[in-house]
Amino acid sequence: MSTTIDLDEPAVGPTFTPISTGRKIRNGIAAVLVTLAFLVAVVPLVWVLWTVIAEGLSVVLRPGWWTQSLNGLLGRQQGGGAYHAIYGTLMQSLIAAAIATPIGILVAIYLVEYGAKSRLARATTFMVDILTGIPSIVAALFVYAVWIAILGFDRSAFAVSLALVLLMVPVVVRSTEEMLRIVPDDLREAAYALGVPKWKTIVRIVIPTALSGMLTGISLALARIMGETAPMLILVAYAPFINYNVFAGNMASLPLLMTVERANPTEAGSDRIWGAAITLILIITVFQLIAALLSRVTAPKTK
Amino acid sequence: MTDLPVTGGPAGAGDTGVVRGLPVTATIPEGHVRMPDTGPPPAPPPDEPAGATSSRRGDRLFRWLVTGSGAFVVALIGAIGLFLLVQAIPSVLVDQDNFLLSRNFDTEDPANLRFGILDLLLVTVEVSVFALVLAMPVGLGIALFLTQYAPPRLARPFGYLIDVLAAVPSIIFGLWGILVLAPVLEPVAGWLQAHLGGFFLFAPGNSGIAGATVFTAGIVLAVMILPIITSITREVFERTPRTHVEAALALGATRWEVIRIAVLPFGRSGYISASMLGLGRALGETIALTIILAGVQTPFSGSLFDGGATFASKIALSFAELNNDLSAGAYIAAGLVLFVLTFAVNALARAVIARSGAVA
Repeated sequence: MSTTIDLDEPAVGPTFTPISTGRKIRNGIAAVLVTLAFLVAVVPLVWVLWTVIAEGLSVVLRPGWWTQSLNGLLGRQQGGGAYHAIYGTLMQSLIAAAIATPIGILVAIYLVEYGAKSRLARATTFMVDILTGIPSIVAALFVYAVWIAILGFDRSAFAVSLALVLLMVPVVVRSTEEMLRIVPDDLREAAYALGVPKWKTIVRIVIPTALSGMLTGISLALARIMGETAPMLILVAYAPFINYNVFAGNMASLPLLMTVERANPTEAGSDRIWGAAITLILIITVFQLIAALLSRVTAPKTK
Repeated sequence: MTDLPVTGGPAGAGDTGVVRGLPVTATIPEGHVRMPDTGPPPAPPPDEPAGATSSRRGDRLFRWLVTGSGAFVVALIGAIGLFLLVQAIPSVLVDQDNFLLSRNFDTEDPANLRFGILDLLLVTVEVSVFALVLAMPVGLGIALFLTQYAPPRLARPFGYLIDVLAAVPSIIFGLWGILVLAPVLEPVAGWLQAHLGGFFLFAPGNSGIAGATVFTAGIVLAVMILPIITSITREVFERTPRTHVEAALALGATRWEVIRIAVLPFGRSGYISASMLGLGRALGETIALTIILAGVQTPFSGSLFDGGATFASKIALSFAELNNDLSAGAYIAAGLVLFVLTFAVNALARAVIARSGAVA
């Protein structure tokens, strides 16, 4: 009561106090660091791509690179091409995709449409997660243990495909699952209401609606397994010539070609390595573009 | 008929009403069948059973098919462990050295196998942890940059750029690492050895080839796991409740303070598990490390400038030449350890993420 009140001073302080210098500085530092982090990640990306293009572009533009193999060529001889390896890469990946896609889609359908919260569904989700993280070399060893050591088959390109299946299934499951979950329940209910059996609802209503996203996921998974190398090292031997038979004999693939030519110290060897590298990146890019295109073409018409 | 949407409705995408749904589908037509103009009420039965049972059979078949696929995946993981174990046991039993503690990996003579995983384990763990230490802060920074700092219109293309990093095959990273990056890193490595050589991590190593070291390998590996850490962390950060952010902003927080009090606490567990998934990837990375790491004869000293082999690179290097089951079994045993290791890391990561509930 006795304190005097200074009437010239506002009773309440200003609502907005300016931000103190310390906070401003800290804010600024954080912004700089975060932006730097992004730049730090872009550097290796640009650097890697630049290296591959600088070293490999002239090689893939040579006549014959896309149409010839390295059959009969010595290590130091220039010329020839990567046709045998391109064939191997495409073939092994496509066979893997042909096996992995149906499995992956069925598993995803189970998880989304049937599993609900059952114990098996939870176990499946968990195992798909584990499969996602499985090292490719372990997948290859597993195929070796079953296919070659126990069943007694020879090393072949098909064994590589089997290992790639293991790596591809979880990716397909994940992406398909995500797409199926987006399909609105109204569509399913409308179908049920018309007396359409559940399986037909899934096959004719749910899948077509989700198709665009599913195809994208599959192409991306395909692009992912194309760059794998470990299974080839273990499950098939390199051949510098063209081998169309996936069930027997040695077969090249782009990663395998690169690993083998690592032992070739000549300029021709280094050319082949970088040529194969840029070819591999080109093929993967093409598949990613196909993925983008497919998703646009097959996208459900929205109204 | 009306109760079908009700049972199907609330359960969401994976509706539990499937089982209940089946009988319902069978009964629906009874109400509907007026259409095939059989006048009297008893008409439904003649037409119905056929259609109903065939659809029911289709349903049952389909259900078996998809459930079987689910069970197949579960069995697959078990089979991987089991078959690797079956192939590994005979070799481990005749192993002349201690499998866990020996630093040798001599499989030349199947009658006298001497192998152990100690060195492989040490190199694998050191290179992966080193990569993780480098990648974790950068990954966090990128995730923050993409979700909080980048202009919204650029966030998507920027994010795509990081995803491209994940699409580059690891063999290309390996080649780039040893042929291009290693020479550039050489002065840095020399400086570290000269000035910090007293510390065991930076002691001069046993790698005979310049740059073919754990140091180079770890940096390349860090680049490779960056997209994994970034993508999941980003996803979690994007789910930060809008209200938390707005509340912080309303209290006058700066952008960094919003991150500190709203985004980071919400996304922490997601970030941790993303990093662990990255670790899992690093542990199993094969070809890049096979290319980069120099093979050495001396045991691993713990230095970043050592060469050596990880589980995966050891297997990849030697497996193609093997021609007998016992020697192969030694490598399969190493592969089994790697499998168990990645299984544990991944399972732990998923447990963390599941508890946080941040990512489905």
